[in-house]
Amino acid sequence: MTDCTLVEAVRLALNHAMAHDERVVILGEDVGIDGGVFRATDGLWQRFGGERVRDTPLSEAAIAGVSVGLATQGFRPVAEIQFMGFVYPAIDQMVNHASRMRTRTRGRLSCPMVLRVPYGGGIRAPEHHSESTEAMFAHIPGLRVVVPSSPRKAYGLLLAAIADPDPVVFLEPKRIYRSIKEPLDDDGEPLPLDRCFVLREGSDLSIVTWGAMTVEALAAAEQLAAEGVSAEVIDAATLKPVDVDGIVASVEKTGRCVVVHEAAKSCGVGAEIAASIMERAFLSLLAPVERVTGYDTVMPLPRLESHYLPDTPRIADAARRSLSYS
Amino acid sequence: MSELPLDPGATEDVGHFRVRRECFLDADGSVHGELPAFARDRSEVVGLYEAMLVTRAFDEKAVALQRTGRLGTFASSLGQEAVSVGVASAMGSDDVLVPSFRDQGAQLWRGVTMEELLLYWGGDERGSDFSGPRDDFPVNIPVASHVLHAAGVALAFKLRGEQRSAVCLFGDGATSKGDFYEALNLAGIWRLPAVFVINNNRWAISVPREAQTAAATLAQKAIAAGMEGVQVDGNDVFAVRHVVEAALARSASAPTLVEALTYRLGDHTTADDASRYRDDAQTSRHWKREPVARLKRYLTERFDWSKQEEEALLQSARERVEEAARRYLDMQALPATAMFDHLYEEPPKDVAIQRAEVAARSSQGERIDD
Repeated sequence: MTDCTLVEAVRLALNHAMAHDERVVILGEDVGIDGGVFRATDGLWQRFGGERVRDTPLSEAAIAGVSVGLATQGFRPVAEIQFMGFVYPAIDQMVNHASRMRTRTRGRLSCPMVLRVPYGGGIRAPEHHSESTEAMFAHIPGLRVVVPSSPRKAYGLLLAAIADPDPVVFLEPKRIYRSIKEPLDDDGEPLPLDRCFVLREGSDLSIVTWGAMTVEALAAAEQLAAEGVSAEVIDAATLKPVDVDGIVASVEKTGRCVVVHEAAKSCGVGAEIAASIMERAFLSLLAPVERVTGYDTVMPLPRLESHYLPDTPRIADAARRSLSYS
Repeated sequence: MSELPLDPGATEDVGHFRVRRECFLDADGSVHGELPAFARDRSEVVGLYEAMLVTRAFDEKAVALQRTGRLGTFASSLGQEAVSVGVASAMGSDDVLVPSFRDQGAQLWRGVTMEELLLYWGGDERGSDFSGPRDDFPVNIPVASHVLHAAGVALAFKLRGEQRSAVCLFGDGATSKGDFYEALNLAGIWRLPAVFVINNNRWAISVPREAQTAAATLAQKAIAAGMEGVQVDGNDVFAVRHVVEAALARSASAPTLVEALTYRLGDHTTADDASRYRDDAQTSRHWKREPVARLKRYLTERFDWSKQEEEALLQSARERVEEAARRYLDMQALPATAMFDHLYEEPPKDVAIQRAEVAARSSQGERIDD
């Protein structure tokens, strides 16, 4: 058991998967000798060699497209895209091919691949380095979309994603790559890809979020506790398919829900979660579902990004609005 | 290779630029150069001829089925049969074909059945669950996106140390797409066991080859990727097979780009009307160079191919096509719930709920499928 950051947990999971399954190969830009721009693959090239930890040319479509080809032939490629702003050339491959290979061949060919993408804002990164466009992937049938919120989640969920027989888009919240440390046992234990996690139990209100926003949500819950409000914090973790049962169970208990995400509001995953709550828990609701999200504008450059990203006060305010319905 | 500092104004010869061109059979069936052994073997030549005739008969039937409302949009390969058949006949059964949507000649050669092809174009996913070549890719629709898959398949073979190659077919339009360049670039660096074949039929729907690129040839695009680019007469099945065989023979150490020069004698698909953008006289000129007639002339002159043999072959091709069409038309659609069956290996709960909803509606007699 060692104290471990989220990015170190990613590396441990990759290392474990590669050591135990020779079908696992890594490919991406600078993932080899350099260990990746965030060092998520640090040391793997040295341990497993350049055949299995493969630096690609600067070609995002190729990283995804070659992974599709590898996956159909029995490999388990784990591809890295350096930043979410550069994932768009790869979307064609994920939407038109990875997500539908199994369906269109009636199961003859399948596409067990993982596309790892550091995502989200809050690290004062240059333009095109801070977006959260998880909803683009979560909209696509045939994909899974997973976002870890802690080192242990990153470790277990990534192992599960690599073992999954279908394509997984694994979005890593780079804002908390190094800000949280947790003791982690490198035991190869996966976490389920179809369940949300209760990070803090509560009875008055459910806050549903994922990734780096769990930090803000937990801080808001702490603040609310000081006001005598018991907030439950749910880490959705898997955004496609969302664990509606888990979220509904919480909302049936509390009657109130605030959904929080960094991505722009309209057509975000929060809208899907709010609609699912309406469908499944309408009679349990004591207040409208609140959404605290990024705004419907272009993600600002670093000087203004703190105004764009949801923070503890905004989440606490939304919770108070929800609680004002009696 | 140029290194800094640069010598101002100096020029440097950084490479030689030649494209090899292969052709054995002329339009009138006359022979150039020394034929490869297979082209001197009667049964081999008859096999190639039969495959081209069958492809043409299949295309004709598929278009007829579409015109009578019994098949969806279909892309005929009329005039390009030698590309499809030539490429597939060069491949080993362990190699993997990654085809575009106009390569039925290659697919049939590899053991994809006519019913499967008709099912696919008739709108049924079972058409891509090939009973024959289980590793071959289904037809690719988003142009050039599959060239990357071929690179991935080739990488898989290389990583496993298998003596197999990936063969990818695509059109001239595909060479304008980034995917094509990305795949070639990477195959060049990694020396992947892959052969990339351009079916240059001169048209990408209405856009002629000249409007696709200012490059003098498409084969030369290989040079920038550090691999060999070869031009071949795509109406000469011997030349296509020979060039692809040679490319496959060296694919363990280097990939190859092959540009097969042919002509799309038909419309782009059944949804297209080529008379809107090209003139019939031009197409008529290309009919004089089409691949089936020249092979028949060669067969007749070299191997005394008889009228009876010709008739028998045509007859059996038509019968096979008709029989396949009957079986296709007799096949019932899958139940509506089939649309969910292979989305994931295990359906997530919400998908299972939607599947049950569709099952309930279909059992109430509502027509969801047609």
